Amino acid sequence: MPADISSSPQTLIRTVILTGNPNSGKTTLFNAFTKLRQKVGNYPGVTVERKTGTLMLANDRVVNVIDLPGMYSLAVRSPDEQLARNVLMGRLSDTSKPDLVICVIDAGNLERNLYLVSQLQDLGLPMIIALNMMDEVERQGREIDVVRLSKVLGMPVVPTVASQNKGIEELKQLIAEGVTVSYQRGWRMAPDLEEEVEQLVRLLVQHEKMDRHAAFAEALILLSLGAKLKNEEKKTGPARWFYKEELIRQISVIQDRLRLKGLRARTAAIEARYDWIKSVVRQCVHDKNKQPREDLTERIDAVVTHQLWGWVFFFGIMALMFYMIFTIATYPMDWIDAGFTKMGDWVTRVLPAGQLRNLMVDGIIAGVGGVVIFLPQILILFFFISLLQDTGYMVRTAFIMDRVMSKVGLHGKSFIPLLSSFACAIPGIMSARTIESPKDRLVTILVAPLMSCSARLPVYTIMIAVLMPAATGMQKAGIMLAMYVTGIVGACLMAWLFKKTLLRSQKPVFIMELPPYRWPSWHAVVIHMWERSRLFLRRAGTIILALSVILWVLMSYPRHEGLPGSDALKASFAGQMGTALEPVIKPLGYDWRIGIGLIGSFAAREVFVSTMSIVFNLGDEAKENSLREAFQAAHWPDGRPLFTPLVCLSLMVFYVFALQCVSTVAVVWRETNSWQWPLFQFVYMAILAYLASLAVYQLGRVMGFS
Amino acid sequence: MPENYKTVSLSKMSIGQKGRIRDFVVESDDCERIEEMGVTPGEHVEVVRYAPLGDPIEIKIRGYHLSLRKEEAELIQVEVIP
Repeated sequence: MPADISSSPQTLIRTVILTGNPNSGKTTLFNAFTKLRQKVGNYPGVTVERKTGTLMLANDRVVNVIDLPGMYSLAVRSPDEQLARNVLMGRLSDTSKPDLVICVIDAGNLERNLYLVSQLQDLGLPMIIALNMMDEVERQGREIDVVRLSKVLGMPVVPTVASQNKGIEELKQLIAEGVTVSYQRGWRMAPDLEEEVEQLVRLLVQHEKMDRHAAFAEALILLSLGAKLKNEEKKTGPARWFYKEELIRQISVIQDRLRLKGLRARTAAIEARYDWIKSVVRQCVHDKNKQPREDLTERIDAVVTHQLWGWVFFFGIMALMFYMIFTIATYPMDWIDAGFTKMGDWVTRVLPAGQLRNLMVDGIIAGVGGVVIFLPQILILFFFISLLQDTGYMVRTAFIMDRVMSKVGLHGKSFIPLLSSFACAIPGIMSARTIESPKDRLVTILVAPLMSCSARLPVYTIMIAVLMPAATGMQKAGIMLAMYVTGIVGACLMAWLFKKTLLRSQKPVFIMELPPYRWPSWHAVVIHMWERSRLFLRRAGTIILALSVILWVLMSYPRHEGLPGSDALKASFAGQMGTALEPVIKPLGYDWRIGIGLIGSFAAREVFVSTMSIVFNLGDEAKENSLREAFQAAHWPDGRPLFTPLVCLSLMVFYVFALQCVSTVAVVWRETNSWQWPLFQFVYMAILAYLASLAVYQLGRVMGFS
Repeated sequence: MPENYKTVSLSKMSIGQKGRIRDFVVESDDCERIEEMGVTPGEHVEVVRYAPLGDPIEIKIRGYHLSLRKEEAELIQVEVIP
């Protein structure tokens, strides 16, 4: 029979593949193996990219480890599953066929986790089971007969608690020694069906030179694809579709025959597998004479998904997050500010007066410092996002928000990419890969940057400071929250519009696991914050540094020695560009100086703040003034103040909607594999930003505000 | 299991009610997805809760918690265990 395999220890294992269900602790095990920094999350499918690392064995041997995306099945419905399947079957040209598969399974959720094991067995690869989270089995008042399980499955089973590094050495030992597996397909479908499958297996072996194991696994998938066989597969993601017309025709013939007999290959296989799993569990899992400990998850869920307390908790967490951003973050922000001011003073003292000193002080230190100052706020934001994800609360937000998402035609799963986009649209857009429907995924990607990301924080913060300098932290957090809500409403409206027009599709099916709550690993949270701040600082040191220098040059040349500061700025290249833009942006309440800020932040939003500090440091002689005071002192030529409350609001709204981020454009280009979508996204968001700011300013004026 | 147990769709069950999955009303790709998650005929199921806005529904099956929309739960016929 196909899918029966026995093997002796391999000579040498070079490549190990880690696979397993989402939430099985696969990523934790990967970290323990490779010591490579990586994120551990609790949302099903947080590992969306193929990650690789190296594992050092005792005798200095190096083994490559590939971390596959977490998945429930080897079916081919999402790009993730397709990728995993191709890697396991050795179909990717840049990845060699695995020498060993380690399947991580959650011992506390054995039945469903064994489903994937059963599918992996079909592929006939040497395999080890890492029976993870053994501590949860204990808590459930049960025990697993590991020796028995290993015997029934026909492969080594190693009990592990990856979060406490238990069982890691045993796994390494096995990898070093090589493994012996000997398993048989324990399940059978109806004889008629087995026969048809066998026929297709023979075809695949004959035409495609597949080995029988791979052919059996493939046959089941092919028979279940139905009408989609011909067109759908070619388009999806990184996969290539391999079969010749002739073979596809023959598959259709078999499918027709099955349909006539009223047989469904796929569900029959699923049910047969689960029947087998039931018998395995019956043999290997026993109840201990102990009461299971109280289920903490159940008690937490009773509150956080409660009709009233659920919302209180959700909005409470959000409010707390923004409040912390405004209160706790101010202390380190003051220190950073003082540091950069000191640095500027020092350079002023050391360097002789001249253009070099101006470049250093007004260009580089003011520019980079103006952005780095927001590091503490970004750290707090990522601390929260990371915590919500790792504990498992993020999935609950998808659960309670799904109804709302379905109103705009989206899936609860779209909520997590959108929520992650509050931190940064890039991880958000990348996590949209877990959405199976290509159209829904695209809609999610298109609206994700409307969620206010951390790069908007600097702009909001400074505008709010100008808008209401005397306000309390609570009031400021309120305005900030309003901006975030504006973005959310915009995202919902646009998603609804896209689903109605450009990207119509059926309502997607919503099935989502609600894993138990787990203590976050503080180590992982800290690493996540560190990684993010490193990225932010690198951005400050590269893109923003370069932009600061370019902008300084544009603002300082051509030089007009005799003119007073502000006139010289207006005559510069940047000033000319801003002046040219002024007629377009005047209806929004902006002058040519804000125009320079808009142009400057074209590639990165936070550059607005540094550009404005350069604009006003160059234009005004009073360097000791903070940017806020400079803004408040700014006037139109006729003496009206420039930054009226209405202009501040209009500017903030502009930044809510505009897509000013090269990194996002690049990531959308990569994820959609086209340049039309990022271009479309940029244009629609620019139009939206312009219209929304116009509406705010003009309506505000009509209503008598200034 | 006796014949006279009432069969209803999963979406009609109330919180705390238990039952045994009988079959799917129609067969579709979506059913395959649901079955792959362990929701197969013959299996015991318990309704844990409904989301605050009434949809989706959270069920307990094979010892773990799963949420699905009422729309999908409607496809699943369950023999209610009193």
